[in-house]
Amino acid sequence: MNEFVATVVRGLGNGSIYALLALGFVIIYKSMRVISFAQPAFMMAGGVLVSYLVLSMNFFLAVVVALLLTALLGVGVERLALRPMIGKPVFVIAIITLGIDIVIRTVVNSFIGLDIRQMGDPWGLQQLNVLGVTIDQRHLATLITTLVVVAALFAFYRWSRTGLAMRAASSDQEVAQAQGVSVGRVFSLSWALAAMLAGLAGVFLSTGIGLEQNLWLTALKALPVIILGGLDSLGGAVIAGLSIGVVEALVGNYGGDVSPLFGGDFFLVVPYLLMLLVLLVRPYGLFGTREVERI
Amino acid sequence: MRGRPQLYLSYGQDMALLNTPSKRWWTLVLVLVAVLLPFMLEDDLLVVLATAFVAAIGAIGLNLVTGYAGQVSLGHAFFLAIGAYTAAALSGDPDSTRLIGFGITSLPIWLLAAGLVAGLAGLIVAPLAARLRGLYLAVVTLGLVFIGEHIFKHWRELTGGVGVGRPAAIPELFGIEFAVDGAMFTKAQKLYLLMFVLLVIFGVLARNLVRSRIGRALAAVRDRDLAAEVIGVDVTRYKMIAFAVSSFYAGVAGALLYVMIGFVEPGSFNLAMSVQYIAMILVGGVATISGSVLGALFITLLPRLTRELPAVLPFISSSSTAGGITVFQVETILYGLLIIGFLIFEPRGLFGIWIRIRTYWKSWPFSH
Repeated sequence: MNEFVATVVRGLGNGSIYALLALGFVIIYKSMRVISFAQPAFMMAGGVLVSYLVLSMNFFLAVVVALLLTALLGVGVERLALRPMIGKPVFVIAIITLGIDIVIRTVVNSFIGLDIRQMGDPWGLQQLNVLGVTIDQRHLATLITTLVVVAALFAFYRWSRTGLAMRAASSDQEVAQAQGVSVGRVFSLSWALAAMLAGLAGVFLSTGIGLEQNLWLTALKALPVIILGGLDSLGGAVIAGLSIGVVEALVGNYGGDVSPLFGGDFFLVVPYLLMLLVLLVRPYGLFGTREVERI
Repeated sequence: MRGRPQLYLSYGQDMALLNTPSKRWWTLVLVLVAVLLPFMLEDDLLVVLATAFVAAIGAIGLNLVTGYAGQVSLGHAFFLAIGAYTAAALSGDPDSTRLIGFGITSLPIWLLAAGLVAGLAGLIVAPLAARLRGLYLAVVTLGLVFIGEHIFKHWRELTGGVGVGRPAAIPELFGIEFAVDGAMFTKAQKLYLLMFVLLVIFGVLARNLVRSRIGRALAAVRDRDLAAEVIGVDVTRYKMIAFAVSSFYAGVAGALLYVMIGFVEPGSFNLAMSVQYIAMILVGGVATISGSVLGALFITLLPRLTRELPAVLPFISSSSTAGGITVFQVETILYGLLIIGFLIFEPRGLFGIWIRIRTYWKSWPFSH
C-alpha cells in the first residue's frame, strides 16, 4: 500500500509538470488556434536560465527572474515570427513554431553543454517520510507549486479584466476587437504566459536530477495531455496532465509484473497509447469543445 | 501546328506531363546532366546526391498526403522505418541466429515489399485520420513516431537493438551488386544511377497520380472536405488512398535510405526525421512534385554546404569540442531559420521562386 501511495505521489509530481506544460499549449491554442511546438524550447530556456542565475542569487529569486526573461523571449518570438502570419493556415503557423523550437533549442543546448547542469534548488533528492510513505520532496514541491499556479491562473481568467478580454478574444476575435479588446495584446500575453508556464515546468523537471539536453522530449508528452483533455480546455489540461502522470508512474512501477512487454521503459509510450485510445472514442478529447461544421 | 506550339486543341494536350516545348527541352537537358554527373563528380558528393534522390522519393510521398490531400502528418519517420526494416529483414542472412532474415536480395522484390508493408501500415492508420482534422491529426501521427521508436528499439530480432543495429538490405538487380565497387563503376556511381532511375520512376508515377481523378479528389478534400463530400467525393476513401500511397513511398524511401547509409540505429527514425521531411516539402514547395525534389536536394545538401563555412568564416569552428560556434550549431540554426523564413516570405517554397523567375523571363522585357 505504501509503495502504491508513493508511486501515485510521484505520478502527481510528474503529472503536474505535464499539466504546467499543457496549460501553456492550451493558452496559446485558445488565443491563436495553433499548437505551438516551441514549448519545449521555452521549457529548456527557463531551466538553463535558472541554472546560470542561481550561481549569483537565491534560488527563488532566480526562478522569478528566469521566468520573466522567458516570458520576454515568448513575446519576442510572437512579435517577430507569428504576428506576420495571422490569418494564414494553422498548419503553416504550427510548422513555424517547429522552426522556432529548433533555433532556440540549439542556442540553449550550447549553453547546457554535454554536462548535467544543477538547478541549485533547496530540495535536491531529499526525501520526506509521511506516515511510513517515502516521498521525494521535489515531487511535493512541484505539486504544490502547480496547484497554486493553476489556482492563480483560473482566478486571473475568471475575475480580472484582462482575463475577460482573453476569454472574449478566444471565443470571437472580431467581436472582441469591436468591444475594444486589443487582440494583439492578448496574443503577446498568451505567449508570455505560455512561455512562463513552460519555463516553470523546465525548472521543476530538472530539480534534483539536473538539466540535460535530452530533457526536451518530456515537453512533448504535454501533447497527448492536451489532446486527451481537449485542446481548448484549461481544466482538462490539468486533469489530463495529472492523470497521465499517475498512469505513467503506475505502469512504470507495476507494468513489469503484469507482463514483460509492459516492463522496462514501456511507461514512456503510455501517454501516446492513452491518447490513441481516447481519440478513437472521443475525437475532441475528454473536455474539448466539439467543432461545429458549417458548409 | 508547328508554328504555334502553345495552342492546345484538347484537354489532354493541356494536361500532358511536358506540355510546352521548353519543358521538353529542359527535362532532356536535366536528365542528360544528371546521367553525366557521376563521371564528373567525386564519389563522396555522389553519395550525398544519391541520398538526396532517395529523400526526394520520401518527400514526394509526404507531399502527396500533406501537400495534395492536406492531411498534416508528422509520422513519416514511422513509415520510413517500417520500409527500412522490411527490406533489411527480407534481404537479411537466413542463417543468422540473432536476426530475422529471408535471404531475398533481389532489389525489386524487397523494394516492393517494403512499400507494400508500409502502405498497409498507412491503411491501418488512415481510419484515425478520417476521424480527425488538422492539428489533432498532426499530434496523433507524432504519437505514432514515439510508439514506433519504442517498438523498433525493443524488437531486437528485427532491428538489431539500440546501439547495435543490423546491416541494410543488399541491392542486387540483373546480377549487378550495387553496393560494392565493380570493375567499370564504383559503388557510389552505381548507387547514384540506381537512385536516379528510381527517383524518375516514382516521380513520374506520382505526377501522373496527381493529375488524374484521384489527384483532383485529393485537392478537393484538402481545400474543403465538407464541400468535397457534397459534390460526391468519398472523403474517407480518398484520405485512405492518400495515406496508403504516401506510406508506400515512405516505405520505398526508407528501404533505399537504409541502403545509402548502410547502417541505421533504430532510434534514428524519430521526430527529427519527420520534421526534416516536413521541412523538405515546405522549402521545396507544397503540393508540387518537382518542389519535393528541389526541397529534398536542398535539405540534404545543406549540411554539406555548411561544412564549407569554416573556410570562409574563421569564427566558426569545425570541431564539436572546441569553444565558439560550431558548424553543427550553425547548420541546425540555419535549418530552423530556413523553415521560418520560407514560410513567412515565400510560402510556395523554391518552386515558387522558380515560377517567379520563369514568369519574369517569359514576359521579358515587360513586367506583366
